[in-house]
Amino acid sequence: MKKAAWMAGCALALSILGAAGAQAQTTLRIMWYSDGNEGEVMNDLLRRFEAQNKDVKVVLDQVPFKAINETLPVQLASGQGPDLARITDMGGLAPYLMDVRAHVKDVAYWEQNYGPFLQWMRVPGNTTAIPGYMTQLTVTGPFVNKTLFEQAGVAMPGANATWDDWAKAAKAVADKVQAPFPVAFDRSGHRFFGLAVSQGAQMAEVGGELKPVDDGFKRAAKLVVDWHKSGVMSKELWGAVSGTAYRGANEEFKNAQVVFYESGSWQTAQFDKTIGDAFDWIAVPTPCGPANCSGMPGGAALVALKTSSHPAEVGRLLDFLASEEVANEFYARTLFVPGHIGLAKKGIAYKSASPQAAAALKVFGDAVGKLDPVAYRIQGDPSSRIVFNAAISRLGQVVVGETSLDDAYQRISADVAQQIAERRKKQ
Amino acid sequence: MTDTMRSHGAPARGPSAAAAAVTTGGANALMRLTDPPMRAVQRLIGAARMPYVFLLPNLVFFGLFVFLPIGINIVFSVTGGTGLFPSERPYVGAEHFARLLDCGSYLEAGSCREDLFWRGVGNTLTFTVFQMVAMVLFSLITALVLNRPIRGRGFFRAVYFFPVLLSPVVVALIWKWILQRDGLLNAVLTTAGGEKILFFVDPGWAMFWSVFVSVWAHMGFYTLILLAGLQAIPRDVYEAAEMDGTRPWRVFHRITLPLLWPNLLVVLVLVLIRSVQVFDEVFVLTGGGPGTATMMVVQYIYTTAFANQVQNFGLAGAASVLLGAVLFVLTLIQLFLSRRRAS
Repeated sequence: MKKAAWMAGCALALSILGAAGAQAQTTLRIMWYSDGNEGEVMNDLLRRFEAQNKDVKVVLDQVPFKAINETLPVQLASGQGPDLARITDMGGLAPYLMDVRAHVKDVAYWEQNYGPFLQWMRVPGNTTAIPGYMTQLTVTGPFVNKTLFEQAGVAMPGANATWDDWAKAAKAVADKVQAPFPVAFDRSGHRFFGLAVSQGAQMAEVGGELKPVDDGFKRAAKLVVDWHKSGVMSKELWGAVSGTAYRGANEEFKNAQVVFYESGSWQTAQFDKTIGDAFDWIAVPTPCGPANCSGMPGGAALVALKTSSHPAEVGRLLDFLASEEVANEFYARTLFVPGHIGLAKKGIAYKSASPQAAAALKVFGDAVGKLDPVAYRIQGDPSSRIVFNAAISRLGQVVVGETSLDDAYQRISADVAQQIAERRKKQ
Repeated sequence: MTDTMRSHGAPARGPSAAAAAVTTGGANALMRLTDPPMRAVQRLIGAARMPYVFLLPNLVFFGLFVFLPIGINIVFSVTGGTGLFPSERPYVGAEHFARLLDCGSYLEAGSCREDLFWRGVGNTLTFTVFQMVAMVLFSLITALVLNRPIRGRGFFRAVYFFPVLLSPVVVALIWKWILQRDGLLNAVLTTAGGEKILFFVDPGWAMFWSVFVSVWAHMGFYTLILLAGLQAIPRDVYEAAEMDGTRPWRVFHRITLPLLWPNLLVVLVLVLIRSVQVFDEVFVLTGGGPGTATMMVVQYIYTTAFANQVQNFGLAGAASVLLGAVLFVLTLIQLFLSRRRAS
């Protein structure tokens, strides 16, 4: 009797433990930022993943972009961090990214569809790692307030117009309709380099040393400074904050205060949603410089992090999100340019986009094909963000008259050299 | 009868007496619980060393959260690289300090190798001087007015103290909404037929508003200190002066100011320390701009350590050590003045 009671007790304990084991869930955390509605869409997709994978729970921690840029790197350097994150500084964070090749179903699918962008996420010398996938491919380019052009009765520059053509036209419009910002650029090194590449900037490595300031860079810098002097650009954006601080002009564009706004494809969804019928806006091809008519590619990748202790589940989640069907839905609902080669070839049906948003996406899609190889190389360079930050910080000082362009060139070179040297220091 | 009984230690009655009895009972129980170990410790180390036992918890707390970080900061300031753990960081000696102090002329930030640090130093000094003068002046005037028997004195005291309760970030955001291109102040200006003023584009305006907002936000605290000082001045001194027919300015100059001087000195030093540390309000209000016109030393440290892609903790640590040294001297001055006042 006693023995039977013991056995029954053990069986009960085992069944409870078994049931608990069956219910055990792995929780994955994603650090995520949003420009538009992509957080909502991603949440929908994650709930679908959880329905298919009962053993995994995914928490989407939505944070400001600043946290991705400033908090995440410190977390990762201290050995802490989430399981996955949506990042833009792929080269800079490459050492912290996990290679999930062993945990995804079909490595060939990843190479075939995300291959060109995977190199941006790999540490120099590595040609095989799969750290994540592009949640969007972005391309810098201008938005134009068409209504302001019509009100001013100024003709819009046509295809292959130069930066100078657009600057003159935008200034003429702004003067007539009293718009405070004829031309606005986001205060971002990436946006500045959209202009610089068209002016011939190379950001080349000479004798093992990165040379950020070349003739193309100088031409672009002079244009920006001259535009500020002549009132084409307002000091409120590039001058009003200091250092490496990002300052977008999307709010000003939405309020019809900007005639020509150099930003990029990622703004399409929010403009479509927030501007509505207030005025007509369009995306136009990137203006041309003496070197080419290229902007800068970029994007945001969802990457696996080495800090995760659940690589198998991370691989499974990435397989789900990066699959053609799910990625297609994500790009279509968020109005993003796809960072998936197969889908880019097939084309995305942006069913929720208004006609003007669809037209803008077509312009940006076409711009991808016109990107200069130099632009891709700069974007993939692990030191690109160092150069972007130094450029924006020092050119901001020139814009408000604190320093000269020549001094800024020297400071940019010194800042970049110093930061690269610091990064190379090893125990 | 009852009063006599209570005064002679008879048991108290009623709800408050019962609560007091419970509290006392609880305290006694605690004493009984802690008494044996405390006696044991005293037997072990001696009665003379017992104060150190009571200091220990605080010492551990401060050690962990104040002295340890200071120590880590000093280690960072003499090591390089991008690692976060001291074992990953190569020793570089005084390299970061040499870099920060490498200047053609300390009066010209542009001649310095780390020009942004010196721009921060210059801006912080400018901010400190203007803020000190404005803060002390306005706090003193407000305290003098609030010390008079005016109608609604309590209300005004509350009004002036209210901003002190707000977070610096909230204060800065409120003023940013007021001062931006399409803000409240420009709306008022344009309604009155004036032109919009871009306060955050002009370096002079940006510094002026940085000082103004800071004074607005913290004046209440210093007013309170000065008010306490004013109320501690004996009334009979004023009465004697009044009987002598002394004029108000002379009363202020010869009585109020000398007797308030210790409080004023404390306020001066506190304002000075706070000004040197300023960051959050100005950072949210102006972002350090235009250019670097309002970029303070602490913002330089923050940017160097966290906002740059390559986070240079060593250089930021060295700048923190230099700033810490300045603050240490200022704190010593404050301690000296406080002691002198107490004696």
